[in-house]
Amino acid sequence: MIQIKDLHKSYEMGHNSLHVLKGLHLDIEEGEFVSIMGSSGSGKSTLLNILGILDDYDRGTYYLGGKLIQGLNETKAALTRNEMIGFIFQSFNLISFKNAMENVALPLYYQKISRKKRNQIALEYLDRLGLKEWARHLPSELSGGQKQRVAIARALISQPRIILADEPTGALDSATSLEVMEILKEINDQGKTVIIVTHEHDIAAMTKKIIKLKDGVIEEVIKNGELLAFKNRVSTE
Amino acid sequence: MFDIDVWQEIFATIKKNKLRTFLTGFSVAWGIFMLMILLGSGNGLQNGVRTQFASNSVNMMWLWAGETSMPYQGLKEGRSVKFNNADYTFLKGMNLDLELVSSRYYLPGNIVYTYKNEYGTFETSSCHPSLKLMGNMKVTSGRFINDLDINDYRKVIVIGDNVRLALFKDVDPLGEYINLNNVPFKVVGVIHDKGRRNDDERTSYIPISTAQRIFNGADRVHTFAVTTKMVTTVEEADSITADVRKAMALRHNFDPKDKRAMGSFNLLAMYIRTMKIFQAIKIFVWIIGIGTLIAGIVGVSNIMLILVKERTREIGIRKAIGATPGSVIGLVLLESILITTVAGYIGLLFGIGLMEAVNYGLEQAIGSGEGERIFFRNPTVDFTTAITAMVILIVSGALAGYLPARKAANVKPIEALRND
Repeated sequence: MIQIKDLHKSYEMGHNSLHVLKGLHLDIEEGEFVSIMGSSGSGKSTLLNILGILDDYDRGTYYLGGKLIQGLNETKAALTRNEMIGFIFQSFNLISFKNAMENVALPLYYQKISRKKRNQIALEYLDRLGLKEWARHLPSELSGGQKQRVAIARALISQPRIILADEPTGALDSATSLEVMEILKEINDQGKTVIIVTHEHDIAAMTKKIIKLKDGVIEEVIKNGELLAFKNRVSTE
Repeated sequence: MFDIDVWQEIFATIKKNKLRTFLTGFSVAWGIFMLMILLGSGNGLQNGVRTQFASNSVNMMWLWAGETSMPYQGLKEGRSVKFNNADYTFLKGMNLDLELVSSRYYLPGNIVYTYKNEYGTFETSSCHPSLKLMGNMKVTSGRFINDLDINDYRKVIVIGDNVRLALFKDVDPLGEYINLNNVPFKVVGVIHDKGRRNDDERTSYIPISTAQRIFNGADRVHTFAVTTKMVTTVEEADSITADVRKAMALRHNFDPKDKRAMGSFNLLAMYIRTMKIFQAIKIFVWIIGIGTLIAGIVGVSNIMLILVKERTREIGIRKAIGATPGSVIGLVLLESILITTVAGYIGLLFGIGLMEAVNYGLEQAIGSGEGERIFFRNPTVDFTTAITAMVILIVSGALAGYLPARKAANVKPIEALRND
């Protein structure tokens, strides 16, 4: 699903250049449930932005679903994002003057699907996430967990190949965090590739593969079987 | 582009910033309001002046005989020039683009009108039938002088409305006889000389042939009134005057440049000059109006920039989930156009409404006879101008939105979505 070879990315900071990603290799298969971890400055946000085609990279190759993602213009990038990727953000990023249903339906609006049809689909997704009664509520009338569920429904509605979640539980309490992770797990069980960026070990431990970044390269990859050991290691740390 | 979501979004942002949107819209509305007032006033002034001209056909020209002031072909100055009936035939026959000709013989002294026990002194003019068309006279009852009157030297008279009031009171004057210096004339018509001031309505008209015969005029004529071809430039009008002068100079042996031998006045040349001034005023008004409008548009542009800045995050979200730069530009542009167009339309309505109200007041004043000297008529803006203003508004709305829209399209989702 995702093949990244020798990825380099640096940011210009005035006269200095900040080399963030230094020749990163990464392969993610279809249907994986991956978390990307790393301390701040490790390059995990930069990687997520490149994965989500929100940012360009300097060197290397990035294939998404067999398609080379390189030097796309804004319109093409937008269309590819819309088609392939569902985003979930830490701060939910719902549009405040639209109700839950309209927020969920927004990606379909950009696919030029009729209002009636997309609202109907949005209702189905909200129903799946147990929010049908809240469809007509504005984001300001929803709790944090509900908002994130709306955001998840919005990420899912365009039936993307991968879900990218940037600290999806960062703004939630632990009980709600668990709830959201359960939902993401269910989505993964249905066959979608889910990639989350987090700095919380217990959240990362709920995924099936952990990629630890350090100084712009992958430091460690912890696979399914080793997760238990990882958990133990973390708890003793 | 024109689906309900776009509108819903635009209205949502407008609702969020009611006061700001109102103030922005107000500056545009004010601009267009001022433009309408200025244009309307310009039109009103122009129409007022045009009305003053309308007491006669604008293509009228007068010739009057005088005394030579320059020696010419061996003849001394100081000779008096005398027009006669042959000149009338000549002017009528010459192909000098003259369309209507009327000659006038001044009646000597004061003419006393008597009807039964009523009498008074009134101005009497002698003329040809065509004067009626030239002077824009309105015959309220009966008829004007006709060709038969001229040919048969009929003693008929067309009286002004004031003469009728003074002599006849409530009696129908048609068919009655008035004595002019004890010569009976039959009243055949009453005129209301529309463009003229009240005093001039006292004038009555008799056939020139009759006037010459009864008042010892032989074949003498004092003045000619003619209409010329309707031309559009001052040069053309002046050249007609020059041609007529040359022809008359040849007939009466005077220097065509001698203004005192024969006086002439071409109304059309003056009319064209006056209207040119109004064209200049109109251009000036448009420049001022558009200047005011630009101030409004800069305001809209400014507001939209702030709006885009405030909505950076939202635009970032939209782009992350698949909004193309085009759709973002469309959103901002449409909002800008909506604000300018709606506000501008309101300004337009108020401006036109005010001018129509002023016009109504003026009409009332004119209708009640008070407005004869009002130099301001129909100060309204025509449909084409209103449409032009509307088009300018929509275009300026698009211009106002362009920069902010480009800024919005350049929003980078990662920067917009950064958690800070």
